[in-house]
Amino acid sequence: MSAVAETVTPPASAAAAPLLELDELVVRFRTENGLLTAVDGVSFGLQSGEVLGVVGESGCGKSVTAQAILRLYDETNLVRYGGAVTFRGKNLLKLPRAAMVDYRGPRIGMVFQDLSSSIDPVYTIGFQLVETILAHQPMPPREAEAKAVDLLRLTGIPSPERRINDYPHQISGGMKQRVMIALALACEPELLIADEPTTALDVTIQAQILELLTDINRSRAMGVIMITHDLGVVAEICTRVVVMYLGQVVEEAPVAALFAEPRHPYTQGLLRSIPALDGDRAQELYVIPGTVPSLLAVPAGCRFAARCPYADAQCRTEAPPLEVLRNGRKVRCWHHEVVAATGEVRDVG
Amino acid sequence: MASTGLTIAPPRPSRRRGQTLRRLLGSRMIVLGGALITLLVLIAVFAPLISPFGPYEMVVQQRLKPPSALHWFGTDNFGRDLFTRIAYGARVSLGVSFTVALLSVAIGMLVGLYAAYFPLLDHVLMRICDALMAFPSILLAIAIMAALGPSMGNVILALVVVFAPSLARTVRSAALVVREQTYVEAMRSLGASSLRIIWLHIAPNTLSPAITQGTFVFAEAIIVEAALSFLGVGVPPPAPSWGGILFDGKVAIFTAWWMTVGPGLFIILAVLGLNLSGDGLRDVLDPNTVKAAK
Repeated sequence: MSAVAETVTPPASAAAAPLLELDELVVRFRTENGLLTAVDGVSFGLQSGEVLGVVGESGCGKSVTAQAILRLYDETNLVRYGGAVTFRGKNLLKLPRAAMVDYRGPRIGMVFQDLSSSIDPVYTIGFQLVETILAHQPMPPREAEAKAVDLLRLTGIPSPERRINDYPHQISGGMKQRVMIALALACEPELLIADEPTTALDVTIQAQILELLTDINRSRAMGVIMITHDLGVVAEICTRVVVMYLGQVVEEAPVAALFAEPRHPYTQGLLRSIPALDGDRAQELYVIPGTVPSLLAVPAGCRFAARCPYADAQCRTEAPPLEVLRNGRKVRCWHHEVVAATGEVRDVG
Repeated sequence: MASTGLTIAPPRPSRRRGQTLRRLLGSRMIVLGGALITLLVLIAVFAPLISPFGPYEMVVQQRLKPPSALHWFGTDNFGRDLFTRIAYGARVSLGVSFTVALLSVAIGMLVGLYAAYFPLLDHVLMRICDALMAFPSILLAIAIMAALGPSMGNVILALVVVFAPSLARTVRSAALVVREQTYVEAMRSLGASSLRIIWLHIAPNTLSPAITQGTFVFAEAIIVEAALSFLGVGVPPPAPSWGGILFDGKVAIFTAWWMTVGPGLFIILAVLGLNLSGDGLRDVLDPNTVKAAK
C-alpha cells in the first residue's frame, strides 16, 4: 500500500497526452425553476488503458458528467456547457453538433445502468447491432451480421447465432447488459464510459460483467470510466478514483491511497458506510447524516459543511478550493490534514 | 371523444405471423366495429351495383315517396332515390373522413415527434396546437371553410387543421416517454443521428396510440363533416354527402321523416363502428388501460 503512495505521478504535461481531460467542466440546465448547475467545475483526466472510478451518491453529478462528455443532452435538453472536454487533443464542447456523431460510438462508447429499457423493444438484438455497425463502418450487411455474432460471443453470450434473432424481452437482465456492452464495443471505441453497469444485476452476474470489462480494458488498451456508487467495484477494477459531491470533485487519488487514507470527510464517510465482513455485527453501520442538498439551493461555503463532522465557521462561509497534494492526490477541504490524521485506515476489497 | 390512454405500450413483435391478427380478432369490439365499417365501405364501393338508380337521377313523379321495395329509404324532394344517394354519399363522407384521419396521423406524428425531441421547437409547436385546440372544432372548421370557400379539398384541409393538433399532442406525450428510455440515450451514445432516432426508434414506439387516436379522429371527422355539410359550408351540392342529405331533409321533416332518418342512421352506424374499433384497438394495443378499466 505504501508502495502506491510513494509512486511519483509525473505532472500531466510531461506524460503522454491524456486520452480524455475534463477542465473545469460546467453543465447547466435551463429549467422552469431557473438555471440549474448540475456539474460545477469538474476536472480530471484519463490515460489510455486506465480504469478511472467516479464515485458519489445519487444526484452528485456523476451521470451528468458522463453524458456531458458525449454531449448527449444537446438535442433533448436546454443545456449550457462551460470549461473544456478534451478528447485526444480536441475540445468536444467546441465541435459543431453534427460532428459529435463521429465521436459517439466509434471513439467513445457508453454502457448504461437501466437494463429493462436499454434496448429498443421493437427490434431484434441483431438488427440493432447491425444498425450500429453499419452507421459507422460501411460494409456488406452479411459481414456486419457476422461481426454482430462475434461481438455477442466476445461478451460471453452463449449460442450468439441464435440469440441474434431474439427480441430484448426474450433475454435476461445480465444478457441485456452484455448486449449493451456489445453495442458499445461495436465500433471499437478508445474510451468506454460505464454508467453504473452492474447496479441492477445480482452479485454473481456483477462479478462476471466486471471481469468482462477488465478483460476488454486489458486486451484493447481502452480507457474506461467506471461510474458507480459501489466502492467495492472501485476497489476491484479501478486504478484511480474521483469522488464527486454535489456537482464538484471533492477528492481524487490513486485507489489504494484513497482507501488507506481518505482526506475528505465525505470520502471517509463513504468508506465507513461499507460493512466490513469481519466486523462486529452488533455495531451499527455508519451513515453520513443528512441528504445531498438541492442543486437549486447550493450552500454558500463548503457544500458538504452541513453534513460534515469537521465543519467549523470557515467551512460554512468560504468554499474550499481543490488543493493539489503530493502523489497525484487532490482534495477539496479546509481541514484535510485533520481528516487524514483521524481517519481510520481500513482495508477494503 | 374518448381520450386515449397516454401510457405507451410498445408494439409487441409477434414471433409468429398472424399472432397480432389473432389478438385483434379476439376482441369482440373490434370484430363488431370492423364488420360495421366493412359493410359501409362495401356499400360505398359497390353502390352502382347495389342500386339501379343514379345519385343525381331525378324522377319528379316519384317525389317524397316513403320507403318501399323499390326505394328502400324512400325518395327526396327531387325524386332521387335516397338509398342510392346515401350509398354514394358514403364515398364522400367516408372518403373525406378517412383522408382527414390519415393526414392528421401523418402530421400529428411529424409535429409530435419533433416537438417531443427538440425542447425549443416544442414550445413553439405546442403553443400553436393550444391555440388551435382552444376553438370548438366545428366553429374553427366553419371559420376556415368561410375563408377558403366550399370544395371537397377545402373540407379536408379544414378538418385536418382541426384534428391534427390532438394527434400531435397524443404522439408527443407518448414520444416524451419513449425519449426518456435508456435505449434512446444509448442510441444517441452510439452515434445515431436525430433523424434515425426519431423515425426508426421513437416513431414505431408511438404508433399504437397514434393509430388508436386516428380511429377516433376518423369517427369525429364524419360528424364534423356532416355538420359542415348540414350548415352548407361542407362538400358543395349536388354531390351527395350524409350531412347534405340531412340538410335537404330538414325542410320536409314533418312530411317525409325518411329523408332525415336514412342518412342519420348511416352516420350513427359509421361513428359507432369506428368508436368500437377504436376502443377495441386501445385495449389490445395498450394493455395498461385494460388493467385500469377492469
